Amino acid sequence: MADTRFQGPGPDAVFEAGMAEGEFRIQCCGSCGAHIHYPRALCPECGSAELDSVRASGEGTVHATSVVRVRPGHGEDYNIALVDLAEGPRMMTRVVDIEPGAVRIGDAVTAFVGEIEGNRVVLFRPAAAPASGGDR
Amino acid sequence: MSGGLRGAAAIVGIGLTEFGELPGRSRMEIMAEAVHHALADAGIAKERVDGVFGADFADSLIGLTMAEYLGLDPTVIDGTNIGGSSYVNFLQSAALALDAGLCEVALIAYGSNARSAGRGGRGPGPVPYETVYKPRQPIAAYALAASRHMYEFGTTREQLAEVAVAARGWAALNPAAFMRDPLTVDDVLGSRMVVDPFTVRDCCLVTDAGAAIVMVKADRAADSPLPPAHLLGIGASTTHSQIACMPDLTLTAAARSAPRALAMAGIGIADVDVVELYDAFTINTILFLEDLGFCAKGEGGVFVEGGRIAPGGALPVNTNGGGLSCVHPGMYGMFLLVEAVEQLRGLAGDRQVEGAEIALCNGNGGLLSSQVTAVLGSASTL
Repeated sequence: MADTRFQGPGPDAVFEAGMAEGEFRIQCCGSCGAHIHYPRALCPECGSAELDSVRASGEGTVHATSVVRVRPGHGEDYNIALVDLAEGPRMMTRVVDIEPGAVRIGDAVTAFVGEIEGNRVVLFRPAAAPASGGDR
Repeated sequence: MSGGLRGAAAIVGIGLTEFGELPGRSRMEIMAEAVHHALADAGIAKERVDGVFGADFADSLIGLTMAEYLGLDPTVIDGTNIGGSSYVNFLQSAALALDAGLCEVALIAYGSNARSAGRGGRGPGPVPYETVYKPRQPIAAYALAASRHMYEFGTTREQLAEVAVAARGWAALNPAAFMRDPLTVDDVLGSRMVVDPFTVRDCCLVTDAGAAIVMVKADRAADSPLPPAHLLGIGASTTHSQIACMPDLTLTAAARSAPRALAMAGIGIADVDVVELYDAFTINTILFLEDLGFCAKGEGGVFVEGGRIAPGGALPVNTNGGGLSCVHPGMYGMFLLVEAVEQLRGLAGDRQVEGAEIALCNGNGGLLSSQVTAVLGSASTL
């Protein structure tokens, strides 16, 4: 008998579908309860295949931050950060709506679905800032 | 207590090309030149090579390419690519194969025209949940680790710069090194910022170069023309592939690989005479000095102050000038091994560390992902 856990759209496709709908989805392990991101087919904590897709709270804290310097005439400098999600996982992202060099480790940030060069991605902005939307 | 592969195999031949710019030369041509020098150095005919070890971002079937290009008929091929640590890792797989009698002469080699061909920035493979943010890897991953080290331990940009200055000091003593002009902390800080907190002088060179090593079972090493460098201990460990999955940005897998290597060698860290670390970026040296046990976690920045790892300092580190000032053709691992052998032979010229009997090498691969630590020793240490 086919194992339905390994049929249909996989974890990457489920994440991408969320991006298309403007929703940031992470995974929750039905066996050990761990939250997981990036999406996997097996829980990296306990090995279970019982992984549910859940909407992320969007709350995060900056764990590490840097600025990629872009040569003049080739665009603007931009932030690169690692953010710890309130649920536990750490992810790479950009913190926007703030000067890229003004982002500080420990800052509270909030996720939203934005764009980088046509790709829909999870970005973060300072938690207190009002929503601005738009592409970046 | 020791055991494992201690004393199982020895490096009896090393070969290098010129470092820097080798225009008009393909990466296989560069590798072959290094192989030619290494076999001559070992006094071993090509026909006796029956173990082939290589890794290359540009050729996922490099083992086959090497065997064909060099005209070899290997019984053992290992092309495992774990990034820049691959070559230190090959000491382990070569020693295993030699010890088991699966091959008798192991050839480990690398050649790259990264500078001339403009492929120097090429890093590890696809990381789908990170590349979309255009993090400018591999620099950004190391920069993020540095940001965390500065935040947690108060490490300063000046301390990072001290690493680059020390490397340049060693390079000045090495006629083969690519960048030998004097360098100061202010020079490093005042250079073009690339990815905060790194300026271009916090980042390794992009050069052309090739290197090769010939390894045999230890009991065959006595016949070699030059003093062999015996494998005393080796350990490998890995923590992640994508940088967001590194469990602790300030603690590398060297904290696990080094104790295994030292235990196998039956020595303590204080017994090490010369240290060769994969310094792709200035933070690497600080992280590895901590994780190898030369200083406590968080104290690496203070440790490197005052020229402690520079020529004349208490601990000789990256005595060829390292990836920062000597040579870095895409992957640096081969070159730290060759430098360790030159030091143990006592033939390192102006940069020779007096009485060097034990060398510790730490190869780094991926985005601080893979660490392989090897201890090499002269015959007197067996």
